[in-house]
Order: sequence, then structure tokens, then C-alpha cells
Amino acid sequence: MDLQFTPRQQAFRAEVQAFLKDKLPADLSHKVKNGLRLSKADLERWHAILNERGWLANHWPEQYGGPGWGPIEKFIFENECAIAGSPRIVPFGVSMLGPVLIKYGSEEHKNYWLPRILNGSDWWCQGYSEPGAGSDLASVKTTAVRDGDHYVVNGQKTWTTLGQHANMIFCLVRTNREAKAQAGISFLLIDMTSPGVEVRPIITLDGEHEVNEVFFTDVKVPVGNLVGEENKGWTYAKYLLTYERTNIAGVGFSVAALARLKQIAGTVTCNGRPLAQDPLFATRVAKVEIDLENMKTTNLRVIAAVAGGGVPGAESSMLKIRGTEIRQEILSLTRRAMGPYALPFDDEALHAGHEDLAVGPDGAAGAAASYFNHRKLSIFGGSNEIQKNIISKMILGL
Amino acid sequence: MNFEHTEDRRMLADTLDRFVSEQYGIEKRNHLAYGEQGHGADLYRQFADLGVIGALFPEADGGFGGAGFDVSVVFESLGRGLVAEPLLGALLVGRALVAAGTAGQKESLLAPLIAGETVAALAHDEPGGHYELNRVTTTARRQGEGWVLDGAKGVVLFGDTADWLLVSARTAGEAFDRDGISLFLVPGSAAGLTRRGIGRIDGGRVAEIGLKGVALGADALLGGEGQGAALLETVVGWGLLALSAEAVGAMDVTKQFTLEYLQTRKQFGVPIGSFQALQHRMADLLLEVEQARSAVINAAAAIDGEDRVVRERALSATKYSIGRIGTLVAEESIQMHGGIGMTWELPLAHYAKRLVMIDHQLGDEDHHLARYMALGEAA
Repeated sequence: MDLQFTPRQQAFRAEVQAFLKDKLPADLSHKVKNGLRLSKADLERWHAILNERGWLANHWPEQYGGPGWGPIEKFIFENECAIAGSPRIVPFGVSMLGPVLIKYGSEEHKNYWLPRILNGSDWWCQGYSEPGAGSDLASVKTTAVRDGDHYVVNGQKTWTTLGQHANMIFCLVRTNREAKAQAGISFLLIDMTSPGVEVRPIITLDGEHEVNEVFFTDVKVPVGNLVGEENKGWTYAKYLLTYERTNIAGVGFSVAALARLKQIAGTVTCNGRPLAQDPLFATRVAKVEIDLENMKTTNLRVIAAVAGGGVPGAESSMLKIRGTEIRQEILSLTRRAMGPYALPFDDEALHAGHEDLAVGPDGAAGAAASYFNHRKLSIFGGSNEIQKNIISKMILGL
Repeated sequence: MNFEHTEDRRMLADTLDRFVSEQYGIEKRNHLAYGEQGHGADLYRQFADLGVIGALFPEADGGFGGAGFDVSVVFESLGRGLVAEPLLGALLVGRALVAAGTAGQKESLLAPLIAGETVAALAHDEPGGHYELNRVTTTARRQGEGWVLDGAKGVVLFGDTADWLLVSARTAGEAFDRDGISLFLVPGSAAGLTRRGIGRIDGGRVAEIGLKGVALGADALLGGEGQGAALLETVVGWGLLALSAEAVGAMDVTKQFTLEYLQTRKQFGVPIGSFQALQHRMADLLLEVEQARSAVINAAAAIDGEDRVVRERALSATKYSIGRIGTLVAEESIQMHGGIGMTWELPLAHYAKRLVMIDHQLGDEDHHLARYMALGEAA
């Protein structure tokens, strides 16, 4: 039993920390730490900085431009990025489509699409969920009918994150209506500038435009945009969903959010002393801190198993459930810390980054909105209820 | 023993529910609540015409109700309708006038308040405050016959458009002293008063108020000089009852939305309500909402009590329960709806936001749990 990183891993962590100190723009980390909205340009800027260092697609094989890291290096990197307040890597191209193309794509696909993911030529989004197919993903209804050298696509996708920025979407489509559920699904790459593609915003309860509906009406897609074989898309989709879930606990985000919470609780006052000294509030913070400490080790145990040649399976469901609950609790306490100042909400200040114009303690402008926005954590990526089903079946054998 | 409301109260609630369902659909509500005024001036007068404000006050003061259960019936209905009008301000300032107003103050202020002709707001919280009732640093000093106010107030509900503000200010003592707090009736248009309005995340508006040499007449003082803390406690007590009742109304609707969703939303070929994991969570929700309803009954029954400790403990017990349960109902309802529960388009999301934000008004769960325990020790 040894809970420490090896000297080499520690040196790597120091290298990551130095890079972030040097290269992470202060205006971006300020926005991230204060829950302010990130623009498309903000996210692209961060991608470009990482790509320049060769750390953007950090889990790709070296031959495609990856740095050759193992799961532990990747964990360290993601953890340090979160603690430093870096924007997240937009996962759709880099973390989702990339690995699928590397494993199942043709040489032509790899040569064309992978460099474009790295250099930012394409912004990808994910066309999985449909209005009737959320947790039950295999029931996709969007159809692709072969017509000569192209497919004709009709249907609707939903919860398409940052689809308003995207020029490309990878979709699960039904190519065989006779086949049962998973059997007739194909994996198709669709140019969103094609005639018949329409993106409509879905505004979330915090007033944010992050997700979209995407409609397809007789959209022509070249046959060459099919990934792998027709009707085998479910295999690729599942690979994409299970790939690299070792950071699903979001421990780094929680560490950063907890540090922020403690800073706020140390400055906000309650009954003439810092809120951090209020027995009830301090109890809440201590409980979630202990949960997080335990989660760090649970997370490392899963990663160590993967690094030792194991495959992350149902264990990632554990990380997802507890990890998201911990993050949600920290954000809930941050909202609570604002007292009456959780009520005012200045959306413009959040977007423009002038939260100093907003009223109340530092961070008050984004606290309630961020709390409400992150209720999504226990819903998306397979709801926590679905994760519990997976644990029941796969680990407990019930 | 009888837990039925009187016929008069049931009729008022029915009238109010009908008016809200016919005149105040969610689209209109959101348009007004998230708009520049945060509410509808015409609509507010219509609520007053229905007797919504009059029901909050005793007959002797121009109303036709004023008991704890009158207030809870009205606010429960407002909660069901997610009404974002400045009715809490009318209750708080009106009850202060009822409790301590001179005949002149009542005559000039209470009647237009009940008629819905004026909007009023309690301006007590200050920047840096965290629900403390005695934390007042705004000062009032005598000048001739009258008073001069200096200081700042934060998160004043509809403070940017209110005609009248009931401002707590210190005429003696230090920041946390119970003695030395006085309450003043300040016109929103007073010279030296600045206000900066901002929207609320759950709809409606708040304002930060600046007071710089605001000169007031002698009749601006409400109640005895330096005796404002007890009056403030009384007024806030009515607010706790109102917010708690509003929350129960909002919980009922939220619960109903969620139940209907479980019955109709299909995944894996069956309604998701057929999954036992969700059935048990829904059963817990029902149980908690009934506990919240009982908590409001307890508060409404206790609010006119003479024994301060008994009364205030009951009110804090209720608001603690509401804070805890309201947040739970909001979070569970969003979760059981899945992604759609996160959307602006769904009325549920706005109810959920309101439920969580009620915990941020007049003291949250922790504040009232601590207060409940402290009052118990003192007894």
C-alpha cells in the first residue's frame, strides 16, 4: 500500500503546475473560478494553448498527436487544471469522437478529421439524445436512408451541448428499421451547414444557453461520412461512452470549488464572525470535505486498477454518483453562504465578466445560477439512477 | 379538533386560484417577473381588488381578516400560482403599521396599501448581513423635530420601485444590540435616497438602497424610539409564516408536476413511475410535503401567542422545516424530471427556483435551527 505518487509522477505534476502558472490566462481562470460564462473564443483560446504544448488530446496515441500519457498522468493533469481554474477541454471532438475514429475510423477519416480536431478547424457536438431517448439511448428514431452516394437524414436530437458553436455533429441514426433496438444504429458525421439542419436553443433554468435541439429535414450526408460499418454504430457509441471515464468523479473541480467555498466562508460574516466559524455551517463544510477526501482515494484506486491493466467498468458508476453528489453539495453550500445575496441575479455581469458591478460578497453573482446549473451533473452522462442500475447489475449481480 | 379552513377562507382561496389560473399563466408570469419592473402594476391592483391584501389585516385597521390562517391561506394560494407581486412587502410594512402605527400613520399609509395603490418594502438587511435581526449599522440622528438617516440597505424586495420603505436604523447602541433600533417610514422618492435595482433569479426584483443625509419629519418614526427590535421581530414573524405558506403552495404544484411526469414519461417502454426506485422517492416527497403543511399550521396557530419564546420557537421551527423540505422538493423534482426539468420552458424549473430561494429570505434553515435551539436554552 502506497498512497503517494512516484517521484516521476510528482515531477510530472510540478511540470503541469508550472505550465498552468505560465500559460493559463488570468482572465480565463478568473471567469472559471467565479462561475462566469465562457465564450466560444475563450474555449478556443484555451484549446490552442494546450494544443501548442501537445497536451490537448492527452489520451490519444502518440502517432496521432497525443503525449503518450497513462491514466495517472491524465488524472494528474485534469486535477491540476481544475484546481488552477482552467476552462474545461470541450470533450466532443477531442475526448469523444477522436478515440472512436482512432479505433474504428478509416485511414481517410483519421487523416482528415483528427488534425482538424487538434487545430480547431472543426467544433464538434454530440447527436445522441433524442426527445424520447434520454437514459434509454438505444431507442433512437432519427433515420438515415441510403440514396445513391449519400444518406438522407430526418429526425431530431436534443440536449446538444454547445451545438450553437458547432459546425459538425456526430450522430446516432437508425439505418435499419426492422432490426431490434441496438442492431440498426449507425454512426454518422454530419456537416451542420448542410441544408435542412436547424439548431434551436434550449434555455436552462439559470437563463443560460448551453444546450440545443438540432432538427434534420432531408439532410444529405455523403456515404463517406459513415464511421465503420452500417448498423454497427451501437458498438462505437458504447465505446465512446465508456472511454476514459476515470475523471468522471470531477475530483479536481470539487477541490477547486471547496477551496473557493472556504475562502467565501472565511470572508462572509454571520453574527459578527466569519461564517466559517458558524457551528452549523462549519459542520456542513467538514462533512463534504471528508466525503471528498474519501472520494479522492476511491478515484485513485480505480485509476491505479486501470493503470495496472484493469478496465474501468461499473466502478466508474460509483465515481459518477458520489463525485457529482459531492460537487453539487459544495455548490449548494456556496449558494447558502451568500445568504440574502443569493437572490439578485445579473446575467449581463456573468456574461461580460464585470461581476464587480454585481452586488453582495465576491462570487455572489454566480452562486445561485451555478448551483441551479449544476443540478445537471446528476442527470447527464447517464443519470445517477441509471448508474445505480449498472452497479446493481454489474457489481452486485442483482 | 378541526383542520378545515372556514368557508370564507376557502372561498377567498378559490377566488384567488381561479384568478391566477385565468389571468396569470406562466408565460405572463415570467414576462412580468423577469421584466424591468419585476411585476405588473395593474395586476397588483387587481390582486388588491380581489381582497388579497385586505385579508392580511384585521377589520379594525381596514382589512377583513388578519389572523394567522388568513395569511397562510392567501400565501399558499400565491405559492400555487408562483405569484411574484410585492405582496410580502405589503404584509410586512402593513403589519408594522397595525402593530405600532399612530392613527395618522395608519390613515395615510395603511388604506392605500390595502387598496394596492402603493407598494411597500421592508429595508432591513444590510450589505454584509446574514439574516441577523439585530444587525443594524444604518444610523438615524435627531435634527430639529425630525430625523436624518445615513447608511445602506441590501437586497430590499422591490426596493427599486417601492413607494414606501420601512427602514431599520440605529438611534443608539452598537451593531448587534437589541436596544437602540428604530424603524422609519421613508418615501421611496426621499432626497438623499439612492436605489439600484437588479433582477432576482426566481423572478421579481431587489434593490440596494443608499441613504445619505435623508431628512425625515418626526412622524417618520414608527413605534417607540430604540424599541424597534421587538416590532421587527413581530413583523418578520408574519413574513416567516407567509413565506412558509407560499412554499407549501409551490411544493404542492411541484409535486403534482412530478407525479404527472412519472405517469407519462416512458423509458425502456414503460412509464418511469413503474420503477420502484422512483416510487419510493415520490412517496418520500409526499411525506415531506405533508410535514411542511403541518409546520405551516403550527406557525399559523402560534403567531398570535403571547409567550414570545413559544411563538418564536414555533416560527423558527416552521421556517427551518420549510427551508429543508423546499430545497429537497426542488432538487428531487428536477432530478426525477431529468433534463427537461432543467429547462426554462418548463414551469417546474421556476417553481423549483422559488422554493430554493425562499430559504434565502428572512433566515435560512441553519439560521432558524440555531435560533430554535437558542430560544430553547433561554426558556
